[in-house]
Amino acid sequence: MQQIIEFLKENLQLIYILILAVFIGVEVIKNIPAVLHTPLMSGANALSGVVIVGAILVMLNADPNNYVALSLGFLAVVLGIINVVGGFAVTDRMLQMFKKKKK
Amino acid sequence: MSITLSIIYLISTITFVIGLKLLGHPETAKKGNSIAAFGMGLAIIGTIFLNNLEVPIFIYILIIVAILIGSVIGWLIAIKVEMTKMPELVSLFNGFGGASAALIGIVEYGNNQADITQVTTIIAAIIIGSITFSGSMIAWAKLNGSLKKDIRLPKYNLINNLLLIALIVFGFFIVNGSINGEIIIYILLLFSLIYGILFVIPIGGADMPVVISLLNSLTGIAAAITGILYDNMVMMVGGILVGSAGLILTFAMCKAMNRSLSNVIFGAFGGDSVAAKKGSTIGGHIKKTNPSDVAVLMNYADKVVIVPGYGLAVAQAQHVIHELEELLTKKGVEVSYAIHPVAGRMPGHMNVLLAESNVSYDKLIEMDDINPQFKNTDVVLVVGANDVVNPAAHNDPSSPIYGMPILEVEDARSIIINKRSMNPGYAGIQNELFFNQKTSMLFGDAKETLTKLVQELKNM
Repeated sequence: MQQIIEFLKENLQLIYILILAVFIGVEVIKNIPAVLHTPLMSGANALSGVVIVGAILVMLNADPNNYVALSLGFLAVVLGIINVVGGFAVTDRMLQMFKKKKK
Repeated sequence: MSITLSIIYLISTITFVIGLKLLGHPETAKKGNSIAAFGMGLAIIGTIFLNNLEVPIFIYILIIVAILIGSVIGWLIAIKVEMTKMPELVSLFNGFGGASAALIGIVEYGNNQADITQVTTIIAAIIIGSITFSGSMIAWAKLNGSLKKDIRLPKYNLINNLLLIALIVFGFFIVNGSINGEIIIYILLLFSLIYGILFVIPIGGADMPVVISLLNSLTGIAAAITGILYDNMVMMVGGILVGSAGLILTFAMCKAMNRSLSNVIFGAFGGDSVAAKKGSTIGGHIKKTNPSDVAVLMNYADKVVIVPGYGLAVAQAQHVIHELEELLTKKGVEVSYAIHPVAGRMPGHMNVLLAESNVSYDKLIEMDDINPQFKNTDVVLVVGANDVVNPAAHNDPSSPIYGMPILEVEDARSIIINKRSMNPGYAGIQNELFFNQKTSMLFGDAKETLTKLVQELKNM
């Protein structure tokens, strides 16, 4: 119990940020027309590729002689950036079509 | 971390929120996507070049090579893929994101084993990341048709739940240091991967969009957890944003199918009880028709409503259906499309598909608006849709789709159903609509059959 209270005390600011972010996510997505569900899901998927930042940090922090860490980090960067670039590109392609016939 | 990088992360985070917000409106969606992409680019470049760390040059080269390789692969897949393959592509990309989080966890476990908060986040990143990865791969395989069967072990719900509890307990022991060592982390990885597979494999293909949306939300959470590890704001806020937005989207999809999330996950839609039942209650005579008869019928109709479904997507018939619509409009027939919220494999799937073949926006009518119009409709053409027009949702309480809102096509004067065969739909349930007196079955591949129909109409 003591440990949990300590943890809460130390990370209170973090907890605030995370909870507020949850509310922003909910508010931003509320009342979206069904037409946009697929592009939105795809766009959100691209955003989840933000994990790439962590993958880059893994490589930056890796010991230059630790080949296992470097190769795993390399793979993580490749996979993460596929998620980001592919995700945004495909969302853009979908939305391109919506735009064309809007006029 | 330099102050410049902190500011860059702040800007990126803001672009994510604004981007997501703009993605929610048809006019601004494209701009929203570009803004979020810009913010992401900023965060990536900033992380590489403004990190204030002493890093040997060859590591920079490795990072840049990795980014180039991944960007080219991602770009090529995104540009080449057919619009019908969209849902499985999202699943595939999502799986990669999850795998990335799991890999980060594995490497970082080698670096920090002392701090409890660190180890907790690492363990959570590995578990969630790898569940997302293997789950997404199964969803991907199910959607592209390479994995057709819903495999259900006996008592699979019990097994899955026990495995999940075991994973959490296992993770807990690693965190408090009861067990440690490099090999342990790989065992955790292995069992998380297995759980991901077992989690998705019993769920029917019709429910895959919900699963993908849920897994998408999980990737966001994995990213946020990794962000805690590095005390990195853009990862934390971005990840949580996707996590909560994805969850809301998941619930929106469940609502459109009139089912709860737990029913989707544990309910095993179209399971044994249904299989035993199907075919036994429904029977009767079906009426077959051919393209030339349908052409005559449509030619003299005042109002035609097209109900597109996944079959249309599979057959790549979206262009020919647009041709049909234009032809009929020229002949003075009023044509519109009835879009069920879960038609296709993803909400909005049909809209994207029809938009691709330049179908005008105002011709796509949502379910609640079109349902009252069926009474005045002469011909309904159902192309490759089944469950979304199944009257069992209204009048058969024992049906697994009972209660789901449907397109009430029975109200129309005549119903033409284009299907490849009498096989039941994705949910695996028979459809009494096929035996309705007003119904005629137009068997054949959607693209071929519609092309013939268009030909017949041109000749008239």
